[in-house]
Amino acid sequence: MNWYFYISGIVAVIAALMVVTRANAMQALLYLVTVFLAIASVFWTLGAPFLAALQIIIYAGAIMVLFVFVVMMLPERAERPRSMTWAIPAILVLVLLVQFILAVGTKGTPAGTVISSKAVGISLFTEYVIGVELASLLLLAGLIAAFHFGVLPERQEAADD
Amino acid sequence: MTSIPINHALILAAVLFLIGAVGVTVRRNLIFVLMSVEIMLNATAVAFIAAASKWHQPDGQVFVVFILVTASAEVAVGLTLFLRIYHGWKSLDADEVSLMKG
Repeated sequence: MNWYFYISGIVAVIAALMVVTRANAMQALLYLVTVFLAIASVFWTLGAPFLAALQIIIYAGAIMVLFVFVVMMLPERAERPRSMTWAIPAILVLVLLVQFILAVGTKGTPAGTVISSKAVGISLFTEYVIGVELASLLLLAGLIAAFHFGVLPERQEAADD
Repeated sequence: MTSIPINHALILAAVLFLIGAVGVTVRRNLIFVLMSVEIMLNATAVAFIAAASKWHQPDGQVFVVFILVTASAEVAVGLTLFLRIYHGWKSLDADEVSLMKG
Protein backbone atom coordinates (compact mmCIF):
# COMPACT_ATOMS: atom_id res chain seq x y z
CA MET A 1 0.00 0.00 0.00
CA ASN A 2 3.01 2.29 0.43
CA TRP A 3 3.23 3.31 -3.19
CA TYR A 4 0.10 5.46 -2.93
CA PHE A 5 2.03 7.74 -0.62
CA TYR A 6 5.03 7.95 -2.91
CA ILE A 7 3.00 8.63 -6.07
CA SER A 8 1.03 11.37 -4.30
CA GLY A 9 4.23 12.87 -2.94
CA ILE A 10 5.90 12.89 -6.35
CA VAL A 11 2.82 14.52 -7.90
CA ALA A 12 2.85 17.16 -5.13
CA VAL A 13 6.54 17.96 -5.66
CA ILE A 14 6.19 18.17 -9.47
CA ALA A 15 3.14 20.43 -9.21
CA ALA A 16 4.83 22.63 -6.57
CA LEU A 17 7.85 23.08 -8.84
CA MET A 18 5.52 24.07 -11.67
CA VAL A 19 3.71 26.61 -9.43
CA VAL A 20 6.97 28.34 -8.56
CA THR A 21 8.27 28.42 -12.14
CA ARG A 22 5.14 29.54 -14.08
CA ALA A 23 4.92 33.01 -15.59
CA ASN A 24 1.12 33.16 -15.90
CA ALA A 25 -0.75 33.38 -12.59
CA MET A 26 -3.82 31.48 -13.78
CA GLN A 27 -1.63 28.61 -15.01
CA ALA A 28 0.14 28.53 -11.65
CA LEU A 29 -3.24 28.33 -9.91
CA LEU A 30 -4.07 25.18 -11.88
CA TYR A 31 -0.88 23.60 -10.55
CA LEU A 32 -1.59 24.94 -7.06
CA VAL A 33 -4.92 23.13 -6.88
CA THR A 34 -3.06 20.00 -8.00
CA VAL A 35 -0.64 20.48 -5.10
CA PHE A 36 -3.55 20.75 -2.65
CA LEU A 37 -5.25 17.62 -4.00
CA ALA A 38 -1.97 15.66 -3.93
CA ILE A 39 -1.33 16.73 -0.34
CA ALA A 40 -4.88 15.69 0.58
CA SER A 41 -4.02 12.29 -0.90
CA VAL A 42 -0.83 12.22 1.20
CA PHE A 43 -2.90 12.98 4.32
CA TRP A 44 -5.21 10.11 3.47
CA THR A 45 -2.35 7.65 3.04
CA LEU A 46 -0.85 8.80 6.35
CA GLY A 47 -4.08 7.86 8.17
CA ALA A 48 -5.83 11.23 8.37
CA PRO A 49 -9.03 10.91 6.29
CA PHE A 50 -10.74 13.78 8.16
CA LEU A 51 -7.92 16.20 7.42
CA ALA A 52 -7.82 15.03 3.81
CA ALA A 53 -11.48 15.99 3.46
CA LEU A 54 -10.87 19.34 5.19
CA GLN A 55 -7.89 19.98 2.93
CA ILE A 56 -10.03 19.49 -0.18
CA ILE A 57 -12.97 21.53 1.16
CA ILE A 58 -11.02 24.49 2.53
CA TYR A 59 -7.85 24.67 0.43
CA ALA A 60 -8.95 23.28 -2.93
CA GLY A 61 -12.42 24.78 -2.48
CA ALA A 62 -12.51 28.05 -0.58
CA ILE A 63 -8.95 29.38 -0.79
CA MET A 64 -8.63 28.53 -4.49
CA VAL A 65 -11.85 30.44 -5.22
CA LEU A 66 -10.38 33.50 -3.47
CA PHE A 67 -7.17 33.24 -5.49
CA VAL A 68 -9.00 32.77 -8.79
CA PHE A 69 -11.29 35.76 -8.15
CA VAL A 70 -8.44 38.08 -7.24
CA VAL A 71 -6.30 37.00 -10.20
CA MET A 72 -9.27 37.59 -12.49
CA MET A 73 -9.88 41.05 -10.96
CA LEU A 74 -6.30 42.13 -11.65
CA PRO A 75 -5.90 43.14 -15.31
CA GLU A 76 -2.14 42.52 -15.15
CA ARG A 77 -0.55 40.27 -17.77
CA ALA A 78 -3.54 39.96 -20.04
CA GLU A 79 -1.75 37.93 -22.73
CA ARG A 80 -3.60 34.75 -23.59
CA PRO A 81 -1.81 31.59 -22.47
CA ARG A 82 -1.02 28.99 -25.06
CA SER A 83 -3.69 26.39 -25.66
CA MET A 84 -3.51 23.02 -23.90
CA THR A 85 -1.90 24.52 -20.81
CA TRP A 86 -4.46 22.57 -18.80
CA ALA A 87 -3.13 19.23 -20.10
CA ILE A 88 -0.29 18.64 -17.59
CA PRO A 89 -2.36 19.50 -14.47
CA ALA A 90 -5.15 17.34 -15.86
CA ILE A 91 -2.75 14.40 -16.25
CA LEU A 92 -1.41 14.89 -12.72
CA VAL A 93 -4.92 15.00 -11.23
CA LEU A 94 -5.87 11.96 -13.30
CA VAL A 95 -2.93 10.06 -11.78
CA LEU A 96 -4.23 10.98 -8.32
CA LEU A 97 -7.76 9.90 -9.23
CA VAL A 98 -6.66 6.53 -10.63
CA GLN A 99 -4.51 5.69 -7.61
CA PHE A 100 -7.30 6.81 -5.26
CA ILE A 101 -9.83 4.55 -7.00
CA LEU A 102 -7.36 1.65 -6.85
CA ALA A 103 -6.67 2.32 -3.16
CA VAL A 104 -10.35 2.49 -2.25
CA GLY A 105 -11.13 -0.58 -4.32
CA THR A 106 -8.48 -2.88 -2.88
CA LYS A 107 -8.65 -2.22 0.84
CA GLY A 108 -10.69 0.02 3.08
CA THR A 109 -7.79 1.76 4.78
CA PRO A 110 -4.46 3.00 3.44
CA ALA A 111 -1.10 2.24 5.01
CA GLY A 112 -0.55 3.25 8.60
CA THR A 113 -2.96 3.49 11.49
CA VAL A 114 -6.04 5.60 10.90
CA ILE A 115 -6.83 8.31 13.48
CA SER A 116 -10.60 8.73 13.31
CA SER A 117 -12.35 12.07 13.03
CA LYS A 118 -13.99 11.28 16.38
CA ALA A 119 -10.61 11.22 18.15
CA VAL A 120 -9.62 14.48 16.46
CA GLY A 121 -12.90 16.13 17.44
CA ILE A 122 -12.68 15.01 21.07
CA SER A 123 -9.11 16.30 21.32
CA LEU A 124 -10.04 19.55 19.58
CA PHE A 125 -12.95 20.37 21.89
CA THR A 126 -11.45 19.22 25.20
CA GLU A 127 -7.68 19.82 25.34
CA TYR A 128 -7.51 22.49 22.65
CA VAL A 129 -10.77 24.34 23.25
CA ILE A 130 -8.84 27.56 23.98
CA GLY A 131 -7.28 27.19 20.56
CA VAL A 132 -10.70 26.89 18.99
CA GLU A 133 -11.77 30.12 20.70
CA LEU A 134 -8.62 31.88 19.50
CA ALA A 135 -9.20 30.54 15.99
CA SER A 136 -12.69 32.02 15.98
CA LEU A 137 -11.28 35.38 17.13
CA LEU A 138 -8.64 35.20 14.37
CA LEU A 139 -11.29 34.49 11.73
CA LEU A 140 -13.40 37.40 13.02
CA ALA A 141 -10.35 39.69 12.84
CA GLY A 142 -9.64 38.46 9.31
CA LEU A 143 -13.24 39.10 8.30
CA ILE A 144 -13.19 42.65 9.68
CA ALA A 145 -9.78 43.38 8.12
CA ALA A 146 -10.86 42.08 4.71
CA PHE A 147 -14.04 44.15 4.92
CA HIS A 148 -12.10 47.25 5.97
CA PHE A 149 -9.42 46.99 3.27
CA GLY A 150 -11.86 45.87 0.61
CA VAL A 151 -13.60 49.28 0.47
CA LEU A 152 -11.52 51.78 -1.52
CA PRO A 153 -11.02 55.17 0.25
CA GLU A 154 -12.75 57.35 -2.37
CA ARG A 155 -15.75 55.03 -2.47
CA GLN A 156 -15.84 55.22 1.32
CA GLU A 157 -15.96 59.04 1.13
CA ALA A 158 -18.63 58.85 -1.55
CA ALA A 159 -20.65 56.53 0.67
CA ASP A 160 -20.28 58.89 3.64
CA ASP A 161 -21.56 61.93 1.71
CA MET B 1 -0.13 -3.82 7.14
CA THR B 2 3.04 -1.85 6.59
CA SER B 3 3.16 1.79 7.54
CA ILE B 4 5.09 4.51 5.79
CA PRO B 5 8.43 5.38 7.44
CA ILE B 6 8.26 8.80 9.08
CA ASN B 7 11.58 9.71 7.45
CA HIS B 8 10.03 9.62 4.00
CA ALA B 9 7.08 11.79 5.03
CA LEU B 10 9.46 14.28 6.66
CA ILE B 11 11.65 14.31 3.53
CA LEU B 12 8.55 15.08 1.44
CA ALA B 13 7.63 17.91 3.86
CA ALA B 14 11.18 19.30 3.70
CA VAL B 15 11.26 19.22 -0.11
CA LEU B 16 7.89 20.97 -0.39
CA PHE B 17 8.92 23.55 2.22
CA LEU B 18 12.14 24.21 0.31
CA ILE B 19 10.27 24.70 -2.97
CA GLY B 20 7.92 27.14 -1.24
CA ALA B 21 10.78 29.03 0.42
CA VAL B 22 12.63 29.35 -2.88
CA GLY B 23 9.41 30.64 -4.45
CA VAL B 24 8.95 33.26 -1.72
CA THR B 25 12.49 34.56 -2.10
CA VAL B 26 12.86 34.33 -5.89
CA ARG B 27 9.48 35.41 -7.26
CA ARG B 28 8.69 39.11 -7.28
CA ASN B 29 4.96 38.99 -8.10
CA LEU B 30 3.04 39.18 -4.82
CA ILE B 31 0.42 36.65 -5.96
CA PHE B 32 3.17 34.08 -6.54
CA VAL B 33 4.70 34.91 -3.17
CA LEU B 34 1.36 34.15 -1.48
CA MET B 35 1.01 30.89 -3.45
CA SER B 36 4.51 29.84 -2.32
CA VAL B 37 3.56 30.63 1.29
CA GLU B 38 0.57 28.32 0.87
CA ILE B 39 2.90 25.54 -0.32
CA MET B 40 5.08 26.10 2.76
CA LEU B 41 2.06 25.91 5.08
CA ASN B 42 1.00 22.66 3.41
CA ALA B 43 4.51 21.25 3.89
CA THR B 44 4.34 21.93 7.63
CA ALA B 45 0.92 20.28 7.70
CA VAL B 46 2.43 17.16 6.11
CA ALA B 47 5.07 17.09 8.86
CA PHE B 48 2.38 17.40 11.56
CA ILE B 49 0.30 14.59 10.02
CA ALA B 50 3.38 12.37 9.75
CA ALA B 51 4.12 12.92 13.44
CA ALA B 52 0.48 12.21 14.34
CA SER B 53 0.54 8.92 12.45
CA LYS B 54 3.92 8.00 13.97
CA TRP B 55 2.74 8.34 17.60
CA HIS B 56 -0.93 7.48 16.95
CA GLN B 57 -2.07 10.69 18.64
CA PRO B 58 -4.70 13.11 17.27
CA ASP B 59 -2.78 16.20 18.46
CA GLY B 60 -0.90 16.60 15.20
CA GLN B 61 -4.15 16.62 13.26
CA VAL B 62 -5.59 19.25 15.63
CA PHE B 63 -2.66 21.51 14.81
CA VAL B 64 -3.29 21.00 11.11
CA VAL B 65 -6.84 22.29 11.70
CA PHE B 66 -5.29 25.43 13.24
CA ILE B 67 -2.97 25.74 10.23
CA LEU B 68 -6.06 25.65 7.98
CA VAL B 69 -7.73 28.43 10.00
CA THR B 70 -4.58 30.58 9.92
CA ALA B 71 -4.10 30.04 6.20
CA SER B 72 -7.67 30.99 5.33
CA ALA B 73 -7.55 34.20 7.40
CA GLU B 74 -4.14 35.05 5.97
CA VAL B 75 -5.22 34.52 2.38
CA ALA B 76 -8.38 36.62 2.79
CA VAL B 77 -6.50 39.58 4.31
CA GLY B 78 -3.49 39.20 2.01
CA LEU B 79 -5.46 39.15 -1.21
CA THR B 80 -7.51 42.17 -0.11
CA LEU B 81 -4.28 44.02 0.61
CA PHE B 82 -2.98 43.05 -2.84
CA LEU B 83 -6.08 44.59 -4.42
CA ARG B 84 -5.39 47.79 -2.48
CA ILE B 85 -1.71 47.74 -3.50
CA TYR B 86 -2.65 47.25 -7.13
CA HIS B 87 -5.14 50.11 -6.89
CA GLY B 88 -2.50 52.46 -5.50
CA TRP B 89 0.67 51.42 -7.34
CA LYS B 90 -0.77 49.84 -10.51
CA SER B 91 1.70 47.03 -9.93
CA LEU B 92 2.11 43.88 -7.86
CA ASP B 93 5.91 43.82 -8.01
CA ALA B 94 7.36 43.34 -4.53
CA ASP B 95 10.38 45.54 -5.33
CA GLU B 96 8.28 48.46 -6.52
CA VAL B 97 6.09 48.56 -3.43
CA SER B 98 8.98 48.09 -0.96
CA LEU B 99 9.13 51.81 -0.08
CA MET B 100 6.36 52.94 2.23
CA LYS B 101 5.16 56.49 2.43
CA GLY B 102 5.15 57.34 6.11
